[in-house]
Amino acid sequence: MMRTSDLVASAGRALRANPMRSALTALGVIIGVASVVAMVALGSGAQAQVERSIASLGSNLLIVVPGAMRGGGGVRGQAGAGGGWDSLTMDDAEAITQLENVAVVAPSQRARAQVIANGLNWNPEVNGVTPDFLIARDWEVARGRMFDETEERQARRIVVLGRTVADNLFPNMDPVGQSVRMNGGTYEVIGVLESKGQSGFQDQDDIVLAPLTTVKRRIAGRRGRGDTVSQISVKAESEQVLNRLQEDVENLLRQRHRTREGEDDFTVQNLSSISETMAQTTGVFTALLGGISAVSLLVGGIGIMNIMLVSVTERTREIGLRKALGARQSDILHQFGLEAVTLSVAGGIIGLVIGVAGAWGMTTLFNLPLVVSPLNAGLAIAFSGLVGVVFGAYPAWRAAKLDPIEALRRE
Amino acid sequence: MALIEADNLTKLYRMGDETVHALAGVSFSIPQRDYCAIVGPSGSGKSTLMNILGGLDTPSDGRITIAGNDIGAMSDDDLAIFRNQTIGFVFQSFNLLPRLTALENVELPMIYGGVLPKERHERAAGLLQRVGLGERMAHRPTQLSGGQQQRVAIARALAGQPALILADEPTGALDTNTGVEILGLFDQLNHEGATIVVVTHDHDVARATKRTIEMRDGRIVSDHLNDRSARHDAHV
Ligand SMILES: Nc1ncnc2c1ncn2[C@@H]1O[C@H](COP(=O)(O)OP(=O)(O)OP(=O)(O)O)[C@@H](O)[C@H]1O
Ligand SMILES: [Mg+2]
Repeated sequence: MMRTSDLVASAGRALRANPMRSALTALGVIIGVASVVAMVALGSGAQAQVERSIASLGSNLLIVVPGAMRGGGGVRGQAGAGGGWDSLTMDDAEAITQLENVAVVAPSQRARAQVIANGLNWNPEVNGVTPDFLIARDWEVARGRMFDETEERQARRIVVLGRTVADNLFPNMDPVGQSVRMNGGTYEVIGVLESKGQSGFQDQDDIVLAPLTTVKRRIAGRRGRGDTVSQISVKAESEQVLNRLQEDVENLLRQRHRTREGEDDFTVQNLSSISETMAQTTGVFTALLGGISAVSLLVGGIGIMNIMLVSVTERTREIGLRKALGARQSDILHQFGLEAVTLSVAGGIIGLVIGVAGAWGMTTLFNLPLVVSPLNAGLAIAFSGLVGVVFGAYPAWRAAKLDPIEALRRE
Repeated sequence: MALIEADNLTKLYRMGDETVHALAGVSFSIPQRDYCAIVGPSGSGKSTLMNILGGLDTPSDGRITIAGNDIGAMSDDDLAIFRNQTIGFVFQSFNLLPRLTALENVELPMIYGGVLPKERHERAAGLLQRVGLGERMAHRPTQLSGGQQQRVAIARALAGQPALILADEPTGALDTNTGVEILGLFDQLNHEGATIVVVTHDHDVARATKRTIEMRDGRIVSDHLNDRSARHDAHV
């Protein structure tokens, strides 16, 4: 019986005898593993990005918008099909406040307005909100302050700028204390929000927050008048009660609007369930990418099998001699099997390094987080080892079964 | 009991409808320390008999025991161990592995015998010394002459401390002088106690041994001791 160290030495010697051939054979596995690793890392990065950007909207958050949502899932905003744009009211928001498990309710009214300052102008989303809006969205003020409830009720002409707006209108100065013009009125900047970054394709920092009352009276135009709001943000007390609260809000609004399920004139979006759906979608996408690149790993395995078969044919005489000198079938099997596994594992390790480097390049390019788990790396190596075992098995078996007399007679 | 006891050995090869009797009932016995030549025309069954003696093949019928091993009744793995522990092969074409040095070639059987590296090196070096290649241990086969390669092969055959050395046409690929050198080495090994069986079609080689078994058509047609004077002629 051959000792393991002798087995390893013998496999290493055989592979070094044909360095070019060994390298080219391993190349098939290198490409396979590198593409699997890169694709899975890229997919996981996209997944993490989606989760992160949805989480940045706020945790434990329900968003109520007017209009029915067609189809299931997806962040589709106000896909008004059933009811009108004006189905949500301040009273609805007030009623939701009375429900159990509610932490904060923040009605808001969206508008678009041109904002002018310093001779520069910008076209952000103007959002009329109550101070609770920042709590609902887990948002902080970076400089200055948020307006309080009194200022909100008094419809004061004050605004808090999103990062993007502040950077564009006040490139080289602190906006706090400055003033901006919107719709012909002058507003004082009292704060700047911390940056939230992108959510999907939308820049969350391209926003101006103003008191809800102010927006309804002075900016929103006809649509914002009266009692209606364009959105109600509802923050639950905890993640566990979020789904229950969603049902409660739906039931409450159905009661108030006298609608039946399926004919709603409002939609309650549950951000954590949307996040789950998106994560699943990107997960499927990742698996698909990984699966497609696994095919190239398969091709690499076939390359190993091909070269091992050539090698067994070339070394028939050697195999015959080894058997004559006392090698058992298992010794020959292990020797050739180990050569195949060494090729594939070496290819796997190099492929992993290249794959991670490639994933790093691509995630940097697409501005995604780089996600490489040690588990995935380990799996890549283990899988390439498996490829060596599977595709090395047949050639090694052929070698082990050679008749020594026949083999020795071969030229 | 003799080292080799063969009783009515038969080996059949079926080629389509035809049956070739490569061995057609062969009985003989070879004692320890014998030095024996098997001669006969091409196709007479010499190599077939050698393969069975070496545990590379098994008889179709009959019975053969070598150093107490019943060759016909052994499993593949047992035969591998038998070859490793009991037999030393010397081939016509040397059969050295070209990537290995002389020393590593001699170590090869001991690798399969599970001998530890240190002991392996020492024994292999000692054996190369003994066949006169102490200075050539790090050479590869391509850097050695035919006679030197066959010496390495003989050292390799001795590595497992075998009870029996089998040589099929050991001088067939060598010029006359080198062949005589190799036969001298066999003679010396036999003096030191080795049992050797040589297959040859060369009667000069046969005369260098103690005993000649002649085969024809798968049978033994004569089995006699060689006279000493002829042996000495072959030596020179
Ligand atoms: N594997 C085989 N299949 C069929 N027939 C075989 C096989 N091996 C040997 N034979 C036949 O058996 C007979 C004996 O062959 P063997 O090789 O033993 O002869 P030999 O005495 O060694 O001849 P040579 O001096 O030419 O080497 C021959 O007729 C040969 O054709
Ligand atoms: Mg022959």
